[in-house]
Amino acid sequence: MPEKETPGVPENENILSGTRRDFLKQSGFLTAVALTPIGIVKAAESHLDEKVAAFFEKMPLKMEVNGVSHQLSVEPRSTLLEVLREQLDLTGTKKGCDRGQCGACTVHVNGKRVNSCLSLAITNNNKTITTIEGLADGDELHPMQQAFIDHDGFQCGYCTSGQIMSAVACIHEGHAGSETEIREFMSGNICRCGAYPNIVNAIQEVSKGGNKA
Amino acid sequence: MKKDTIGEPLSRVDGRLKVTGGAKYSGEYKFPGLTYAVLVPATIVNGTVTAVDIKAAKYAPGVLAVITPFNAEKVPGYQPDAKKPVKGLKLFNDNQVHFNGQPIALVIADTFERATYAATLVKATYQVQPFETDFRKNIDKGVTPNAGKYKDYVRGEADAYKNAQVKIEQEYIQPSEMHNPMELHVTTAYWEGDNKVTVYTKSQGVMSSQRAIAAAFNLEPQNVLINARFVGGAFGSSLRTWPHEIAAVQAAKFVKHPVKLTLTREQMFTLVGYRPLTIQKIGLGATADGKLTGITHESHSQTAVYEEFTENAVNVSRFLYQSPNVNTRYKVVPLHIGVPAPMRGPGESTGAYALESALDELSYALNIDPIELRLRNYADIDQERNLPWSSKHLKECYQLGADRIGWANRSPKPGTIKDGDWLVGYGIGCGAFGAYRGHAEAKLKLMADGSINIQSATTDIGPGTNTAMIVIAADVLGMPAEKITFDLGNSSLPPAPTQGGSSTVSSVGSAVHDVCVALRQKLYTLQGKPRDSMDEIDYAAVIKEQNLPYLEISVGSESGDNAKNYSMYSFSAHFAKVYVHPLTGVVKIKNLIAVVDAGKIVNQKTAASQMKGGAVGGIGMAMTEEAIIDNRFGRYINGNFADYHVPVNADIPQIEAVFINKPDPVINPVGTKGIGEISLIGVAPAIANAVFNATGIRVRDLPITPDKLLS
Repeated sequence: MPEKETPGVPENENILSGTRRDFLKQSGFLTAVALTPIGIVKAAESHLDEKVAAFFEKMPLKMEVNGVSHQLSVEPRSTLLEVLREQLDLTGTKKGCDRGQCGACTVHVNGKRVNSCLSLAITNNNKTITTIEGLADGDELHPMQQAFIDHDGFQCGYCTSGQIMSAVACIHEGHAGSETEIREFMSGNICRCGAYPNIVNAIQEVSKGGNKA
Repeated sequence: MKKDTIGEPLSRVDGRLKVTGGAKYSGEYKFPGLTYAVLVPATIVNGTVTAVDIKAAKYAPGVLAVITPFNAEKVPGYQPDAKKPVKGLKLFNDNQVHFNGQPIALVIADTFERATYAATLVKATYQVQPFETDFRKNIDKGVTPNAGKYKDYVRGEADAYKNAQVKIEQEYIQPSEMHNPMELHVTTAYWEGDNKVTVYTKSQGVMSSQRAIAAAFNLEPQNVLINARFVGGAFGSSLRTWPHEIAAVQAAKFVKHPVKLTLTREQMFTLVGYRPLTIQKIGLGATADGKLTGITHESHSQTAVYEEFTENAVNVSRFLYQSPNVNTRYKVVPLHIGVPAPMRGPGESTGAYALESALDELSYALNIDPIELRLRNYADIDQERNLPWSSKHLKECYQLGADRIGWANRSPKPGTIKDGDWLVGYGIGCGAFGAYRGHAEAKLKLMADGSINIQSATTDIGPGTNTAMIVIAADVLGMPAEKITFDLGNSSLPPAPTQGGSSTVSSVGSAVHDVCVALRQKLYTLQGKPRDSMDEIDYAAVIKEQNLPYLEISVGSESGDNAKNYSMYSFSAHFAKVYVHPLTGVVKIKNLIAVVDAGKIVNQKTAASQMKGGAVGGIGMAMTEEAIIDNRFGRYINGNFADYHVPVNADIPQIEAVFINKPDPVINPVGTKGIGEISLIGVAPAIANAVFNATGIRVRDLPITPDKLLS
């Protein structure tokens, strides 16, 4: 539910019509003293209202990320990308546009590639997420990660996580049959450094090698 | 005698971190109490902010503060009495609006979502003034820049081309092009007390960021710590410290919390520079046998009303070809838009597009092969500065590229080669970019186990700086690369220049070279050997034998006086083979060969990638990229990746990078001249010329979209 906002409404009216937060925040100190017990005033000053309100505004979310089960509480408007990066500190998944136009945020949701910036986190309840951090088997790199190093499939490295997650999915989907097909099915992942030819070579090697990718 | 290992392919030393998500960029560090800042853009183009209603935003959940021109604490460096006044836009310092999207408020909240939402609640009122964003309409208001080096240039006689036997006079248009690195511009800042601040920011130069922020907040530079360990691309957009970076530091001071400010992709179209829209007129005159008798190059570029931006758009015409008569004129047109910034191959790529296109047109007018025409006007010295080249192997570039692309299959008559439904064409485009070397310092530490750590405050925006430095060190020290680490991206390290102008390997690589030589000399001296001995060194053994816990050594390195006697440039010749579909106007780039004289190549693997990457940038310039302002509203209408088309994988063929790989004898001890810029300069004209060769249609306004080929 979106926040209720009442800009320009006189403060006293807000006390009657507003939400619990409006009441505590917008009533102001003096009004609050007149109407509320001292404990609540103190609570307002210490932003306890935020904490209480936040509890009601958030929704429970259970996700398995890279083999670890997480029980989270997230705002309905939070994207999967934001939750991964800011709540779970999995910053390997990158934000390049926040609009589903660059692919830097690509992760696997139940094995399929998804732009995590276009996926509201709560729509992933009970789903299994794999991010770039979960691709390697311990110290042993996934063949696609190794192929990206061998073929120099990146420069600055910022699009790389998304490229690799997309590349693994591209092979799974059966879309890595030829150079042309790889180019087409990797065109949702922008690389501004221009590593495309090397990325194609890396994917071809893994694809032809019959690797477990 | 030790083996020369420079140039051998080495995989990136930070590759593992980058493929596992372990590489941390400036917006990815966690701090207790981290808060999130979101900018509120102006909705007008020119005028003043008369009021900002922040009440709703301030009371929105999680909001700590809303900064506006009316409540901002003054930034000392923005004031007229500042010791080192900050140049350019001064956010929240006054209520003037100079372009659409200029931030007029900053909201700081405890989460990104809350800050983003609260930013939508900020309501500004404005006094609107008339604005000018239409470049063509205002081109007559172009002015010669204040900076002296942009004065009109004349060698011999001006406009001599007009009296030539054969002449070309044409206009070429380079649209505004956005850097668009994949990483959003981001700054995270936190203060310790009132006099010390730590900043993680997207920067090409940690030392210049340190100087800029220290000047803005009137701090001692050593009390400003800048981190930019990993930078997600930049291409020039992080050469300077932008107003939003100062704003993040200002906000962190105000809310007394760590603040992270991330631009949106759309904001990156207005706040972090771009290659300016430039209209150029070229006049070329030649004798019937193809000797240039006159070159005239005039250019008009966008700039901002609040700050003048200049670049070397016309300079390439002064030195790339031999001509007794050359004149250039460069003007900028101030408009109500954000200020441009140098973008990969700044100036030269714009200028080379015009010059190399015009030269191609001249080749058809003369009926002389384009490569032959270039050979007949080959410049054996730099006529602009009247100096010899430190090295120039452009003739070899022509030859190698012609062989690889299959130039012999080219038809001198456009539109005559077909492959099925497709018309086939070949084109060449050349470029040059100055080879620079700045003062850089490096510190080396030899550990007891014989391993080496080297430090220098350079950055790596993608080329693989640390990998290149380790290659140089391994070569000088005669030890395996695995035993060497290199630290960069932090202002507390020994000073180094900003990563820009293709100069990092030349500058920092020289310091690394010199510090390794100094170590060898020191160790030989300790052993009582002549300091220039070439004996193999067992580093662990020497340090044990000398009973030292470790050994540290620092050097500073810069050009000698001899460099002043030469003109130093990297040179490139790019070759394109294109297929054009005559019914749809679709262009397929079949093959692209980049042949480069950039001196010694330090790491064939990463250098080839950098060359290919520059070629991809050149393909974007030629084929897809154009930032468009709707002049009715003074606003970009394609400020996102769906509407502004950077090349995607499907647009890019296999690209071949070919290096002459001959060390420059003058510029630095390693002999490198730099490849970052040259990789892009000349690509767009090679493609445009190939499209003409295929179709007979000369597109003089980039990008070459299919509609322009349907005549």
